[in-house]
Order: sequence, then C-alpha cells, then structure tokens
Amino acid sequence: MKGDTILETRGLRKEFKGFVAVNGVDLKIRRGSIHALIGPNGAGKTTVFNLLTRFLPATGGSILYNGTDITSVGAASVARMGLVRSFQISSTFPHMTVLENVRVALQRRHAGSSYRFWHSERSLSVLDAGAMELLASVELAPYAQLEAVELPYGRKRALELATTLALEPELMLLDEPTQGMAHEDVGRVTALIKKVAAGRTVLMVEHNLGVVEDLCDRITVLQRGTVLAEGNYAEVSGNPAVLEAYVGAEHA
Amino acid sequence: MSRQTLVYLAGLVLLLVAPLLFYPVLVMKVLCFALFACAFNLLLGFTGLLSFGHAAFLGSAAYATGFAMTHWAVTPELGLIFGVAVSATLGAVFGAIAIRRQGIYFAMITLALAQMVFFFYLQAPFTGGEDGLQGVPRGKLFGIVPLAEDWAMYYFVAAVFVFGFWLIRRIIGSPFGQVLKAIRENEARALSLGYEVDRYKLLAFVLSAAIAGLAGSTKTLVLGFATLTDVHWATSGEVVLMTLVGGVGTVVGPVIGALVIVVLQNELADKAGPWVTVIMGTIFVACVLAFRRGIVGEIAARWPGKAGAPKQEHGPGH
Ligand SMILES: Nc1ncnc2c1ncn2[C@@H]1O[C@H](COP(=O)(O)OP(=O)(O)OP(=O)(O)O)[C@@H](O)[C@H]1O
Ligand SMILES: [Mg+2]
Repeated sequence: MKGDTILETRGLRKEFKGFVAVNGVDLKIRRGSIHALIGPNGAGKTTVFNLLTRFLPATGGSILYNGTDITSVGAASVARMGLVRSFQISSTFPHMTVLENVRVALQRRHAGSSYRFWHSERSLSVLDAGAMELLASVELAPYAQLEAVELPYGRKRALELATTLALEPELMLLDEPTQGMAHEDVGRVTALIKKVAAGRTVLMVEHNLGVVEDLCDRITVLQRGTVLAEGNYAEVSGNPAVLEAYVGAEHA
Repeated sequence: MSRQTLVYLAGLVLLLVAPLLFYPVLVMKVLCFALFACAFNLLLGFTGLLSFGHAAFLGSAAYATGFAMTHWAVTPELGLIFGVAVSATLGAVFGAIAIRRQGIYFAMITLALAQMVFFFYLQAPFTGGEDGLQGVPRGKLFGIVPLAEDWAMYYFVAAVFVFGFWLIRRIIGSPFGQVLKAIRENEARALSLGYEVDRYKLLAFVLSAAIAGLAGSTKTLVLGFATLTDVHWATSGEVVLMTLVGGVGTVVGPVIGALVIVVLQNELADKAGPWVTVIMGTIFVACVLAFRRGIVGEIAARWPGKAGAPKQEHGPGH
C-alpha cells in the first residue's frame, strides 16, 4: 500500500568543496498536494531538486520515494519511477520540432525499448496523436511543426510542461515554472499547473508569492540550506523569521 | 516524388555508371572514405560526440580483414565480417572508457586510446611494421565470384556502401536515433526523461565504430594493403575534415566531403607534394571560419522552401 507521504528526506545534506549548500533538510511531501519550496536566492532550492532527482549525489542523509530508499538510485531510474523534474532555465530540445519534443518523452513510456536502432521512423508515428493531444492541452498544437528554438519564452515553458506530462509523472518537480515570464503568461501557466496537478503531486520552486498563494497547499521555506519554516501560506507569510529572511536577502 | 528521393535516385544512377566515367579504384576509395565519414558523422552530427580516434576503427578492421584474407584464406565477405567484429569490439572498449567524459575530454581520451592502438600495430609482428600488410588477395565472393576484376570489385563495394549508408539513415530515423538527437540537443533533459544516456551513447559509439570498420575492411580488399596510415591520427583528423567540408549533421554531407577531399588529395599528390598538408589545413580553417554548415548544409540552407539543414549557431559539443 502506498502511504500518505510520497516523498521524504531525512537529514539531506550537500557540500560543494567544503561549502554546505544543503544542510540537514527534512522534507515530507504529502501525496496529491502542491508543495512549494521557497527561499531567497542561493538558499539551495535547485540543489535540493538536483539531489532528489539524483542529478547530484547527496553528501549525507537519505531520500525515500514511495517508501523506497532512492538515495543511491541512478537519475534515469528515478525518472522512470515517476519522479520527474523540469529545469530552472527553460529546457527543451531546441532543434527538434515541438511535436518531436513531446514525442521523445512519450516514446520512453509507450514505445517499448528505444534501443531498437533498426526500426523505421514509422514505428514512432503511432505516438503522434498522443503527442498532439498533449500539445493541445498546453495550447501548443498550432506550433507542432516549428522547431522548439523558435518558440517565444513562455511557450517554451509550456512545451517543457507538456514534455514532463508525457511521462505521466507521479511526482512532478517544477523549478520556477513562471520565472522570466510576462504577466499574462504567468496566469496561463498557473492555470495549467492547477489543471495538471489533479491526480498527482507537485513540488515547485517559485519566487512569485502570488502564484504560491494561489496554488500551493503547503510551503517550505529554505534559507542557507536549512528549513526555516513550514506551513500553509498564512502561517508562513506571518512568520517573522521568514519576513526577515526575505527582507534581509533583499537588502544584502 | 520528393526532392530527397530524387537526390538519392540521381546518386544511385551516378554510382552505377561511375566506373565507366572515372578510374574505378579511385571511386572505390572515395566510397570507402565516404562510408567512414558517414559513420563518424553518426557520432558527431547525430549524437554530439566528437571522436578524435576513429582511425583506430578504420585501421583495425583494415588489418583484421587483411590478416584473415592472407593467413586464413577466408572468402571476402567473411573477411569483412571479421574486420567489423574487431572494430565493434574495440569500439565497445573505447566507448566504455570514454563515454562518461564530456566535450574536449571525450575527444582527448579517444585520441589517446587511438594512439595506443597505433603503437600496438607499429610493434605487433603480424602487421608488417612500417611496410604494412601487403598483397592482400581479394578472393572470391561467397567462394564463387572472383573480385580480382575491378568491375566486380566495384559493384561489390557499391553494394557495401549503399548498405552502410542505408543503415545509417535507418539508425538516424529510428526510435533510437530520436533519443540520440535528444541527447545531442540537451543531455540533461534526456536524462530527466528517464533515458540512460550513457548506454545510448555507448551503443551509438559501437555502431559508428562497426561501420567505420566496414569501410576499413572494404578499403583493404580494394587496395590490397593495410598500413599504419590507416591507424594514424592524421586519418582521424581527415575524417573530421571530410565531415566538416560536407556538412556536419547532414545525411549526405560526409559523402560529398569525402569525395572532395579524396579527389583533391589524389590530384595534388603528384603536383603539390608536401604542400597537400598546407592546402588541407587551409580548407579546414576556411570551413570552420566561413562555411560552418559545410557544402551540403549551405546548399540546403539556401534552397528555396523548406530547408533541411541543422542550424549551426548551436553546433554539437557546444
Ligand atoms: N555545482 C555547484 N558547485 C558549487 N556550488 C554550487 C553548485 N550548485 C550550487 N552551488 C551553490 O550552492 C548554493 C545554492 O544554490 P542553488 O542553485 O541551490 O540556490 P537556489 O535556491 O536554487 O537559488 P536561486 O533562487 O537563485 O535559483 C549557491 O550558493 C550556489 O552558488
Ligand atoms: Mg534555483
């Protein structure tokens, strides 16, 4: 049976050549929630993501996903277990078409072994319909044949989301999905996240506190690699230590 | 009929009549190097890996086939298979050591390994040292068709080339090829989608080594010898040049590049002597500075309508 907690870290720690970027972080992410990880620049949010998705090896502590210890599982395996991340900087396959971007993700889940170098391209076209459906859900269908590099920034983030969704992740890690976006794009992406979060769990880093308030059930505040506060929006935003951390960071 | 089909049909016709128009051995040599460059481009253009040791695969297969034909008197198709098997195995060893390194480090390790292979052939008793392995017989294909005649040899080489070229196209378009492309474009993202990128790169490396080997084995049959030139680092450099001149990441580019370079070298060998190296160097610099897309890439980019060339502002190995 799957428990209430989808992801848990115990004493998670990361050192870069003596500099401690993540220092004894205990996280508990509830299944089905949208959980925010916030904190000033350099707090270690992205590093936590890198540790959770095994893009970086942890220096100490452990990570439990669905009750399984994944602290020493490979990055690709973790992704195949349903824990899928996006990146802080928009991350597409620039010179593949928008359709191919999503299809290469679908292919991993649905097309059997992708080591079949002797199969023809036709064996992939069965995935086109599914890819188009995903693109339609993020309003990218009209751009399907463009190369991803040609999309405007906001659309690239939408494409990234569609690519992540193609894997039907159980737990989705989004690193600043609205960063650098125009105001109207922020609204659209927020609505989109709300929509796709149904039936799954989302852990997101987000600087836009309006978005956090709107979307997130629970918030963890990170500062200098340690958890400063945790709670719902009202609790966290009323916490003087949190206010101080943000104001302090802004005046630093 | 699509433009692409027309280009391939024209190429096929040219391939069939070429020995009537040109010196067959030269055309065969071009085809061998074209296949070699296509194999190299599978890595550089379609996976984003710059190998600077591909001569090791060309040369090892060349020696292996030469040895098998001379000492075991096998038929040529078995000689080829043996050469390809040796290259593929060597490719697996190189790949296993180099694949985890990125960019320039990957290139340096492949170069270092290829140098070790070079010294092995320099010292090994069966390679004929500085003289190379000479007088390799062409044998009888399947024990029936004698290849000693140039025209018979030619059509066999043409068939090998078409097969190799077709195989590479097939790989590029396959589900596997899509993943390679994704890795070339954004390795971290491919990893985050759950692809074991190192394994894909390793398989691509082995396939590339095997096809480079096929080119080397065929070359030994054509010319009747395998020498240290085949495993020399300059040959590794030449294949980079051919691919750049023709167009990295284009399907036919390396073929055109090989044609240009081999014919140039052939023409200049008598006339320009040691200046050949300087001329090749100049072409290299000109390509890198002014024609980054290569011949085929530039044509495709200027072609009216849909351009099939990859954009080069974001080349492999960035
Ligand atoms: N690979 C690395 N090597 C060395 N130091 C690193 C590395 N990655 C991150 N750091 C350092 O770790 C600290 C935390 O960085 P991290 O990127 O996790 O912060 P963040 O909370 O995501 O910040 P931001 O809001 O700016 O994205 C920073 O001081 C950063 O310089
Ligand atoms: Mg960050």
